[in-house]
Amino acid sequence: MNPFADALGNFPRAFCFGGPMFCRWLYLTAMFALISMSAPGCTRRTPADLTIINGPEPETLDPHVLSGIAEQRIAPALFEGLMRRNPTNALPMPGLAERHELTPDGRRYTFHLRPNIKWSTGEPITAEDVVFSWSRLIAPTTAARYATLLTCVTGADKLLRGEHTDFGHLGVRAINSRTVEVSLTQPTPYFLDLCALPALAILPRQTIERLGDQWIRAKPLPCSGPYSLEDWRLNDRIRLRRNSRYWDAPAVRSSVIDLLPSESSSATLNLYETGGADIVWDRNLFPPELAPELRPPRYHTFSYLGTYFVRINTTRAPFNDARVRRAFALGIDRERIVQRITRGGETAATSFTPPGCGTYTPPRSAMFNLAEARQLLAEAGFEGGRNLRPLEYLVNSGGGGGGRLHEQIAIELQAQLREHLGVSLEIRPVETKIYYSEQSRLNYDLCRSSWLGDFNDPVTFLDIFRASNGNNRTGWNEPEYDRLLDDANRQADIGRRLGTLQQAEQLLVGTAAPIIPLYFYTGFCAFDQSRIEGIYTAQNLMDLHPLWAISKKP
Amino acid sequence: MTEAKLIVGAAPSGTTLGATPGALAWRRFRANRPAVWSLWLLAGLVLMALLGPWARGLDSNQTTALQFASPSASHWFGTDVHGRDLFTRLCIGARLSLLVGFVGAIVSLFIGVCWGSVAGYIGGQLDDWMMRFVDILYSLPGIVFVIVLITSLEQLAAGWLQQLAPALAPSVRLVFLFLGLGAVSWLTMARIVRGQVLSLRTRAFVSASLCLGAGHSRILIRHILPNITGIVIVYLTLTVPSVVLYESFLSYLGLGIRPPQASLGTLIAEGASQINPIHTYWWLLAFPAVFLGLALLALSLIGDGLRDALDPRAG
Amino acid sequence: MSIARRILLLAPLLWLIATAAFFLVRVAPGGPFDSDRAAASPAAEAALRAKYRLDQPLWRQYVGFLADAVRGDLGLSLKYRHHSVTDIIRQALPVSLVLGMLSFGVALGIGIPLGVYTAVHRGEPGDWAGSLLALVFVCVPAFVLGPLFVLVFGVYWRWFPVALWASPWHAVLPMATLGLFFAGRVARLMREGMTLTLQSEFILTARAKGLTDYQLLTRHALRHAIMPVISYCGPMLADLLTGSFVVESLFQIPGLGVFLVNSALGRDHTMVVGLVLLYAALLMGLNLAVDVLYRVLDPRVSHD
Repeated sequence: MNPFADALGNFPRAFCFGGPMFCRWLYLTAMFALISMSAPGCTRRTPADLTIINGPEPETLDPHVLSGIAEQRIAPALFEGLMRRNPTNALPMPGLAERHELTPDGRRYTFHLRPNIKWSTGEPITAEDVVFSWSRLIAPTTAARYATLLTCVTGADKLLRGEHTDFGHLGVRAINSRTVEVSLTQPTPYFLDLCALPALAILPRQTIERLGDQWIRAKPLPCSGPYSLEDWRLNDRIRLRRNSRYWDAPAVRSSVIDLLPSESSSATLNLYETGGADIVWDRNLFPPELAPELRPPRYHTFSYLGTYFVRINTTRAPFNDARVRRAFALGIDRERIVQRITRGGETAATSFTPPGCGTYTPPRSAMFNLAEARQLLAEAGFEGGRNLRPLEYLVNSGGGGGGRLHEQIAIELQAQLREHLGVSLEIRPVETKIYYSEQSRLNYDLCRSSWLGDFNDPVTFLDIFRASNGNNRTGWNEPEYDRLLDDANRQADIGRRLGTLQQAEQLLVGTAAPIIPLYFYTGFCAFDQSRIEGIYTAQNLMDLHPLWAISKKP
Repeated sequence: MTEAKLIVGAAPSGTTLGATPGALAWRRFRANRPAVWSLWLLAGLVLMALLGPWARGLDSNQTTALQFASPSASHWFGTDVHGRDLFTRLCIGARLSLLVGFVGAIVSLFIGVCWGSVAGYIGGQLDDWMMRFVDILYSLPGIVFVIVLITSLEQLAAGWLQQLAPALAPSVRLVFLFLGLGAVSWLTMARIVRGQVLSLRTRAFVSASLCLGAGHSRILIRHILPNITGIVIVYLTLTVPSVVLYESFLSYLGLGIRPPQASLGTLIAEGASQINPIHTYWWLLAFPAVFLGLALLALSLIGDGLRDALDPRAG
Repeated sequence: MSIARRILLLAPLLWLIATAAFFLVRVAPGGPFDSDRAAASPAAEAALRAKYRLDQPLWRQYVGFLADAVRGDLGLSLKYRHHSVTDIIRQALPVSLVLGMLSFGVALGIGIPLGVYTAVHRGEPGDWAGSLLALVFVCVPAFVLGPLFVLVFGVYWRWFPVALWASPWHAVLPMATLGLFFAGRVARLMREGMTLTLQSEFILTARAKGLTDYQLLTRHALRHAIMPVISYCGPMLADLLTGSFVVESLFQIPGLGVFLVNSALGRDHTMVVGLVLLYAALLMGLNLAVDVLYRVLDPRVSHD
């Protein structure tokens, strides 16, 4: 016991509510708080017209360097291409080029730029800028991951590989200051879609020549799109302001837009629910547990051009045997995954290409068929999973919303394969960078994967499993598959082209099965229909919503 | 009245004749009600973690059709997204967390006692340098280094373990947590041990042993170390909760235990991600968080009680 | 160790730390440019690696790094490729510092009164309640406390903003989340220090001289009893700065903690090295400052 408790009985009064010590502490603490508050980093800004939570912090805004989805939602607002996206269905419509002509063989486009188009800093945008931008995309020194998109242009492939260095060989020419001519190696029905992609946007030549790689941090930054970059503070916000020199400036609905980065779904939902954000449009920010409760008018789901699948390492036993691969593909009940785990109305995948890719109908070749799966496994000598070593399932874990879902799907697959085929799966969760490196070095048995379409054509999916493609990452090397894709590319007739692509996909998913498609993604978007207009989700498979069309309702 | 209390307070309670210091300390500890209750509480929690899964007869990794079931008679703490029983998973996770806590604390004990006793016993220039080293480490961002170490060396260590001890390879993270967390928390221990050894070294019984021809290592091990056991145990008890907290922090960041293994940290992280304004599966957070809170509370109170009991200054 | 010698030691220590971090991050598997989309061609891949000196042998990278670092250039972030490391630090450090100082204020502002109160009331119900409260602060991790605060004060009652960093109001929940843990520890230290002080002889002497209780507490006891808290300030500031990532990610605060974790995971070599260096320099500086303060407040500490 404290000997002072009685002797100093009136001590504590100083600390009671209103006592002198209490007041002094309160005063000190308050002063401390005030002084700290006036420090930098806590500055007040004027509120934006529209606040959007956009997913992870963009690593870059240089349209040639970017590769993430979050970046692709911002870049088109700053830099427009010859085409831009239609807000209702994300299909291409005229952008900086007001019209174009195509030769009957489908191999030469002539684009006519709009008159009087200007950078946000006032200089005119010319055909030279187009040639410069596309040459920069192709140049190996730019190291653009999307450079492969332009390999349909004559000469581009060799330039990209570094076999040529003379950009005079590139099939892009400025006829005059307002006309660009593009020659293609083959008819490319989706070329206009490509022109609406951020990678093919028109960039400010003079600024890039002056500042090199760091041009995107130029102040002021010359922009060709509907917005200009006012502020970019990492992990804080990107503020866009209407570009008054944009050719279609009157159509731009909101004048100041804030884009907030976030990888935490709880922070995002809290912000949205308390009115701190008007729109949330990164699908990883919506936890699957909540998916069934995210309903209109404040939450929206729609079909989306993306597939969740499993890569199989075909160079390792037992997966060097196509029968084993197919047994695994047939032995997975995809309905159970979409109903128990993803829960957002995703559809079980029956093919690699999702439905709705242009007019293409993918063959239904990946189904759940337990009897056939078991029989194939037995034929390969592993009846009931006997003689089969434990297989490793590589998955990237941690790191926000996506990681947890991958882990959950892994656990579900583990349970299913044990139940259905008697196979034991060992989950190997690794960090994202290790995951990518192990995937490309083929150091795995099975590997969680996903692919999102870049444009509205099956080729954006099927091309990655060519033997030479860097994204193949399964070790699968099938000359017949490459031949079918080449055949399809040469076809001028749309119907025959799609037929050949179907054959290729049947080979990929149904026969050889280096991959197991699991489900087609659902897009998520949160915005209040009664307050926000200009976002159209019904037919927007790409989940890309041009910022210029969006505003709060008056 | 005050006077009388003061005298009692001033004299160490070693006045009771015929009892060993250990027995006295134990008596003092038993008189400390919160500490005794905490001991029972901790024992209960550990028993639950050890025997719970066996008593319930459920497998912590068994997925069932019953997703997100709220707590009921068949699933005391509810189930998670895979329909796994949270009670069983909590027990398994608690085992792992407490294991990390204890092993981490023992690693810190080992390094700290070796370092501190050598520095304190030999003294002079060496002591100066060894303690300067501790000072320097003290001023470094330990947790930052643990993060960098885990991300950098994990794969390398996994490779080595694969060759040396294949059985341990899947738990490379665990080994890392043991070593990493032990390595950041030995500094206080080293300082305390060194201080104690420094003062014990000059005592008469040490000189006496030296005169009798005992070697230095013998003196250190047989005479000095037993004398500092008390204070070391106290700090060991206080290190365990901080290591458990570190572990859960790292697991929360995704740098700790990997799924499908569970620890209190991963369970809480999963539960915390469920807190949102739309629909909260509260049991996923509540039970692991309460378990962690209670375990830390009990450990801290036991540590406090032990310190009061073993510290001669305490009244 | 004298203050002057410690200042002299700073530079070689920072060099050692930078070297260790430099090689550690490069040992890690997976490179900064590994992604779900392969490089467009081998030539492009090579160009990218050359741009960031990753194609050179390790020792040349190291020499280059040292030469740049001496000039204060920590290089470009490999993840945020258009921002230099110093750029990012300049943006994020003030935020982390403000958050850290605010939480420091919370820790002391709540911890010290609570500690004094429980010490003075030792053994009474007030002590029980206060000590238990302090212990609860210490035992509930920030990643549990934070979401609960948000749910209660942000979402249900709407008193404070739930996230972001835009006004003083935005700082309330984060600083409470981060500060309360340390307030608990400070309270425990303060209680111990005060208990010992109140039992010591000089307080009795002072009382015998007829000082009022209030004078006694503020002029004599507090000044003496606060020493354990002051020596804890160094490690506490360190933990506040390095332990802020949970709070930063919970509340979407653009501070340094998030960058540290993300860059370590994203193999952003330059950023990891830069941040480790920054944290080390910051903490060593802070500890030095605390030691100086300690010597000023307590002349008994020897100046060997």
